[in-house]
Amino acid sequence: MNTTVISTDMPSRPAPVDRQAGVAQRLFGSVSSSIATVVALGLALYALGRFIDWSLLNAVWPGESGAMCRQASGACWAFLAEKLNQILFGIYPRGEQWRPAVVCVVILAMVVVSLDPRQWRLRTVWLWLAGMAGSLALMQGGWAGLTPVPTASWGGLPVTLLLAVCALGVGMPLGILLALARRGSLPMARFIATCVIELIRGLPLISLLFMASIVLPIMLPAGMTIDSLLRAGIALTVFSAAYLAEVIRGGLQSLPAGQMEASRALGLSWWQMTRLVVLPQAVRKVIAPLTNTAIVMIKNTSLVLIVGLFDLLSSGRAALTDPAWPTPYVETYLFIASIYFCICFGLSRYSMWLERRFKKGELR
Amino acid sequence: MAVSISGMSKWYGDFQVLHDIDLQVAVGERLVICGPSGSGKSTMIRCINRLERHQEGRIVVNGVELADDLRAIDEVRADAGMVFQHFNLFPHLTVLENCILAPMHVKRMARPQAAELALQYLARVRILDQADKYPGQLSGGQQQRAAIARSLCMQPRIMLFDEPTSALDPEMVKEVLDTMTSLADDGMTMLCVTHEMGFARSVADRVVFMDGGRILESAAPDAFFDRPRHERTRAFLERILH
Repeated sequence: MNTTVISTDMPSRPAPVDRQAGVAQRLFGSVSSSIATVVALGLALYALGRFIDWSLLNAVWPGESGAMCRQASGACWAFLAEKLNQILFGIYPRGEQWRPAVVCVVILAMVVVSLDPRQWRLRTVWLWLAGMAGSLALMQGGWAGLTPVPTASWGGLPVTLLLAVCALGVGMPLGILLALARRGSLPMARFIATCVIELIRGLPLISLLFMASIVLPIMLPAGMTIDSLLRAGIALTVFSAAYLAEVIRGGLQSLPAGQMEASRALGLSWWQMTRLVVLPQAVRKVIAPLTNTAIVMIKNTSLVLIVGLFDLLSSGRAALTDPAWPTPYVETYLFIASIYFCICFGLSRYSMWLERRFKKGELR
Repeated sequence: MAVSISGMSKWYGDFQVLHDIDLQVAVGERLVICGPSGSGKSTMIRCINRLERHQEGRIVVNGVELADDLRAIDEVRADAGMVFQHFNLFPHLTVLENCILAPMHVKRMARPQAAELALQYLARVRILDQADKYPGQLSGGQQQRAAIARSLCMQPRIMLFDEPTSALDPEMVKEVLDTMTSLADDGMTMLCVTHEMGFARSVADRVVFMDGGRILESAAPDAFFDRPRHERTRAFLERILH
């Protein structure tokens, strides 16, 4: 006779221990691993030793002169200390350099405030507009007793930040409009958007900067001039908009059709559907490629060197031309690179934090 | 008449998917539409709220004729709620936010009133405790009930169901069908495309059989299931009811 056993009480047992090979085993387990480990460690230690030698032991510290740097074999940190103001603020008048410093702090503060998605509302947009207007007014001067400083004298970190904020801040809404137009049902809008995007993507940024610098003034009525920094800003914005548009179009395409159907079935208009249902989802899906494009655009601002503007990188290059110092390229570029790295890596970590935050709701 | 379709035909390119559909649905009537896949049942129901455009014939919903006038279309859509096979909840919003979105933006209701209305309907479909969760955190049955509540929040006069239980695990089908039954008991005009014949028998006023883009038979449930007249209806019922 068959008996059926029904168990109702099955306590769960702990999982069996996973015995993984220890570090020592993996590094020195076999002859080839041992040799590889020794060689790699040796090279690393040698490189580290040389670097410490150069950057710390034989370095020339702040306070010394250019002549000391020429004699020494190590890093010339004294140069950085001496030229810090020129690298960070370009040829901005020495006594007024608190103004670009304040602008950098203001932009940083606005970025920090805007980080949390809960702050992504209309009043933050007003905050940004006010902050940017105020920053430009402060840099320009000519009011409330501030000495006027023409844009040709602006330079360094504030210029990089202003151009990056303008290119991304104005480029993003423009890019969204271009992407929507390209995917829309109006044939004329689709045609124009496609032409604009493909034309801009087909050109190098340098040529766009040249065209903006040379062509824009010609297109304006006689007598009207357009500021050179503004010209570069326009070129960078238009360039960003085209690339961001394509990233967002990818997001729009990946949205299931059912979302639009449900929105329309509820009676939402096209604009309500786009604003409330489509764009929030599409943008969230493409946070990673958007960050990529943003990081590239921030570094692209260094190309304004070509049209005679001074951003962070070209201010550094200008500082290197001082004949009293032995052109310490490595130290200067390391310093500038570390600033770029902080900005770009910060953006990268932020985007990962954003992605995790948005994933939480969609977890099953 | 809640819905009046006369002589309606639809083509996808050169392929005619609906042939001369004539259908009248009275206010408060519960209609179940069944048929083999590809018979055009979903297409027909999607023409009623203009998710698909018909090329010939007339469709009049709640007294408003469906043509190319956008205002009329939005009016019809606000008054005819639709529940989809794949729920189509908005994943970036909580269940409550899903429900208040349309009343706030289409009917311009203030947020507190819309929320109160939404909570009422969420309680009605028995997922009040899930109001602050995201759709991704709910089971299939809960998601579909949330979708039903979302459509009900617009207080439509007609509810359209496009195979609402086809994508659900069997143990969750009952909870959704119970919700739909209670809706029907409250006098809602319902057009339901479904394969759930038990539901059709117990709830429907009329069962319509479609095949090849045509309505072949339309009868009360008893007559439909016990004395099907068309041979294709009989063949279909044999397959479905084993």
